Amino acid sequence: MAAETASARHRRLRTLGSYAFLTAAAIVILFPIYVTIVNSLLRPDQLVEQPPPLVPTSPQWHNYVAAWTTGSMSTYMATSAIMTFAIVAGQLVTSILAAYAFAFLRFPLKRTLFVVCLATLMIPLEVTFITNLDTVTSLHWFNTYEGLAVPFLATGFGIFLLRQAFLQIPRDLQEAAQLDGYGHLRFMTRVAVPLARPSLAALGVFSFLAAWNQYLWPLVATGGQTPLNTVQIGLKALLGQQVSQIPISLAGAVIAFVPLLILLLIFQKQLVRSLTAGAVK
Amino acid sequence: MTDIGRAGMDAEGGLEAAALVVETHEAEVEAREAGGDTDKTTGDGAGGALARRRRKEAALAYVLLLPALVLFGVFSFYPFFRNFKLMLYETPPVPGLPARYVGLHQIVPTITSTEFTQSLVTTVIFVVLVVPISLILGLALAVAAHRKLKGIGIYRMIFSSTVVSSVAVASVVFGTLLNPVVGLLPWLGINPTPPALESTTWALPSVALITIWQFLGLSFIIMSAGLQSVPDELLEAARIDGAGAWTRFWRMTVPLLSPTIFFGFVVSTIYAFQAFGAIDILIGNSNAVRLHTNVLIYNIVNTLQVSNNPGAAAIMATVLFLIMLGLTVLQMRLLERRVNYGR
Amino acid sequence: MAQVGFDGVTKRFGDTTAVDELTLQVLDGELLVLLGSSGCGKTTALRLVAGLEALTAGRVTIGDRVVNDIDPKDRDVAMVFQSYALYPHLTVAKNIEFPLRQRGAGKEERSAKVKQAAETLGLASLLDRKPAQLSGGQRQRVALARAIVREPLVFLMDEPLSNLDAALRVQTRADIVELQARLNTTTLYVTHDQVEAMTMGHRIAVMNEGRLQQVATPEDLYARPTNVFVAHFLGSPGMNLVEGLLVEGSGNETTGGEDTLCVSFLGASVPLPAEVATDVRGSGPDVVLGLRPETLHLSTDGPIAATVIIVELLGAETLVICRTETGARIIVRQPASAARPSIGDAVRIAVDPEPRAYHLFDAESGLRLGDRP
Ligand SMILES: Nc1ncnc2c1ncn2[C@@H]1O[C@H](COP(=O)(O)OP(=O)(O)OP(=O)(O)O)[C@@H](O)[C@H]1O
Ligand SMILES: [Mg+2]
Repeated sequence: MAAETASARHRRLRTLGSYAFLTAAAIVILFPIYVTIVNSLLRPDQLVEQPPPLVPTSPQWHNYVAAWTTGSMSTYMATSAIMTFAIVAGQLVTSILAAYAFAFLRFPLKRTLFVVCLATLMIPLEVTFITNLDTVTSLHWFNTYEGLAVPFLATGFGIFLLRQAFLQIPRDLQEAAQLDGYGHLRFMTRVAVPLARPSLAALGVFSFLAAWNQYLWPLVATGGQTPLNTVQIGLKALLGQQVSQIPISLAGAVIAFVPLLILLLIFQKQLVRSLTAGAVK
Repeated sequence: MTDIGRAGMDAEGGLEAAALVVETHEAEVEAREAGGDTDKTTGDGAGGALARRRRKEAALAYVLLLPALVLFGVFSFYPFFRNFKLMLYETPPVPGLPARYVGLHQIVPTITSTEFTQSLVTTVIFVVLVVPISLILGLALAVAAHRKLKGIGIYRMIFSSTVVSSVAVASVVFGTLLNPVVGLLPWLGINPTPPALESTTWALPSVALITIWQFLGLSFIIMSAGLQSVPDELLEAARIDGAGAWTRFWRMTVPLLSPTIFFGFVVSTIYAFQAFGAIDILIGNSNAVRLHTNVLIYNIVNTLQVSNNPGAAAIMATVLFLIMLGLTVLQMRLLERRVNYGR
Repeated sequence: MAQVGFDGVTKRFGDTTAVDELTLQVLDGELLVLLGSSGCGKTTALRLVAGLEALTAGRVTIGDRVVNDIDPKDRDVAMVFQSYALYPHLTVAKNIEFPLRQRGAGKEERSAKVKQAAETLGLASLLDRKPAQLSGGQRQRVALARAIVREPLVFLMDEPLSNLDAALRVQTRADIVELQARLNTTTLYVTHDQVEAMTMGHRIAVMNEGRLQQVATPEDLYARPTNVFVAHFLGSPGMNLVEGLLVEGSGNETTGGEDTLCVSFLGASVPLPAEVATDVRGSGPDVVLGLRPETLHLSTDGPIAATVIIVELLGAETLVICRTETGARIIVRQPASAARPSIGDAVRIAVDPEPRAYHLFDAESGLRLGDRP
């Protein structure tokens, strides 16, 4: 009896210890974000106060208004949204089409072409952007939405992910549909795509995150100029040197972060799935 | 630089390489394809109609592949191969002069130039700062969060959260935290001169700190996924055998997780090699410490846009490519060994 | 409705010949069962009719159309897959309706047909469920419903009952027979289960290693197996097959008569019934004698001496497995009411004195002797 209580107490202590560690870690990780939110609501003169305020006693919401309007966050957000939407939609479509061919159709050079698609994953943007900049310029796409989005409309990762999903679909389903008069395109839209929804969601979330957070390409493909700055490049412009500018740029950072936070809250599972695809068999 | 987004979108060699290996070992795929192939070899005495159907199917396949292949061709393979051509041309530093053919003569001077070697050294230091710390922290968090506790979902969400932060957001956030006049540092009496981001000693570690914070989410996610794939019974069995937490961790968890850890190592190394954004935002070109944070990509971008020499940029980009290729091949080798000898 | 014809049909996959020169007619409105052990090419034959597989040689006809070059979708056949091939993301109603959407049927017509098919198969209350929420038997019925709404020329069924438990299989077997009889749709039904074949088929086509062995009604197949393979394959347990020798008038006292034809086997010599004797006279003398377990019995004056090695109780019947002095294994099936021997007993086995008890096959070719053309 006594031993039991002792072990129970031991367990409770362990649990408490776990919570203590987890909570401490959470605080350390969230601390920069918390400070950012607090500081984004301060007056510039409060920023240099000692000790620094840990709660915004008189929240300066107009900092957000300033970031949104005079700080041009509204246009940056719109640019990012359009570019991201185009990339996500484009990647989903091109990946579905190609993955379907690899999973369901027979054709010469299938293996080779699949390897070609995967090989693109080995060629990072850091290697291709030199020429892509020339290509985009000669297409008169410099500083345009086309220039921002078109180079990313296809992805080997997406093709790989969706092909895996399509291969899970029993062959029988395709044959049954074929006997019922469904061609490949109809089978794709009516059966294959609906059945691959979890993978599509994973790919969509992954593409969204990747596109929204791009930095190097939007920088070089627009020359860092308005009006086509994405949020990420816009933040750089917003990050002024004067202290008076700091709360506004922090507000801008919060604004840029919010869509992704929502994304994480809703699609955590899909995001994890896509980020670990291939990591754990 | 190194926002996870780009890493994922453009290279993420680690993820994909692993995927590739897994793929080649996939029996089901093989079987299905083999079925198709044998079928193809069947002599079809019936002739015309069947052959026509086959042709139609192949034609449809190529149509479906067309968009992706065209995009890959134009924006991946063409630039990749054109790099080799660019390497042969040098653009003189005087504006207005055309690039001239120099053959292979530009290569050796470029990769032996102090600027490039320093940049390579800087990058390696940066990688060494970022990779081990973010992996160890990610593993620690994953192990701590691998318990069935009430509310653990919230902790997991928090630990994963930095995965969605972009490099620009992280830079703005940490730029302020490290600001010498704002907030905590002056109050804590930490008042280095010059300030961290302007110090030749501290600028690079500061950028590394930002990168670690940003990579922590992904590191946690990868390690968690690895832990979840370890059968609970194994750890429970060890516990029943009386192994303490510490022994269990080193004797069971770490070995079982070694493929995951290695995967995380490759992903984070590639990620760190691509670092660019934070340096561009926080340090920039004008700053005095620029030479001490001149990581590879920053150097490439500068060579292209400031020095205006695509040839040299292409040479450096190719070096970067080779480094990443080496890492990916290493990853594949080790995974293969696991597949062959493991289990 | 239509008949289905195989005319010298061959299908090879690389080196394997899955179907070898199959010639077979499925009559209009008939339920023909393709029976054979695993890997003998039944599924392949079915898929050749559906057009899911391309022929290596020969012709397949549906009605009076050669369909070799016709697209699967234009063949007007409906297939019930072993896996049922239900669309997991669609409700039962949508699954049943799926084939109709593609055929330009109006909304009202579609829902009327779905309703009718659902009622026929007792699915009316399940229409809004997804396949994952159904039992195996219910899924099977959805697959059937999806086939019948199409009102196709031909049903193709590939082991549709193999995923069901024994009791449900018996029930569904009867349901399919009844449904087929009502719709009178030509049906090609594949199974490896001979009970299923015997109880369902109007005729049964037995296949082995890609080759057709025999096509006949269940009764004929059982009574007059055309070769050693079919003889052994059908019945549970299958026929006892022993080597024998045809001997003219061996002078056994019991029957007498100079022209008695006897078969000597397992150290015994037994005169053949007159009908059998007339049929097989002149062949041989080396034969394979087939004796169904149920036409044997234990009898003190039986001609074959043996030792009991296993006794299996099957409820209504008992299987007595014996070893003869010559080392052959002989199975005797007797009613439970008969005296049951114990293991190790020395017994004597007798053959029923009826013509149907004797199946004689040529020792060389394995073909049945005395099959009149
Ligand atoms: N797509 C294919 N590629 C290569 N060989 C095949 C293919 N399909 C079938 N075969 C081979 O053809 C032979 C006949 O196969 P089939 O599926 O018709 O057998 P089955 O009689 O239906 O067997 P079961 O009762 O096990 O379903 C087998 O040897 C099989 O391995
Ligand atoms: Mg089969």
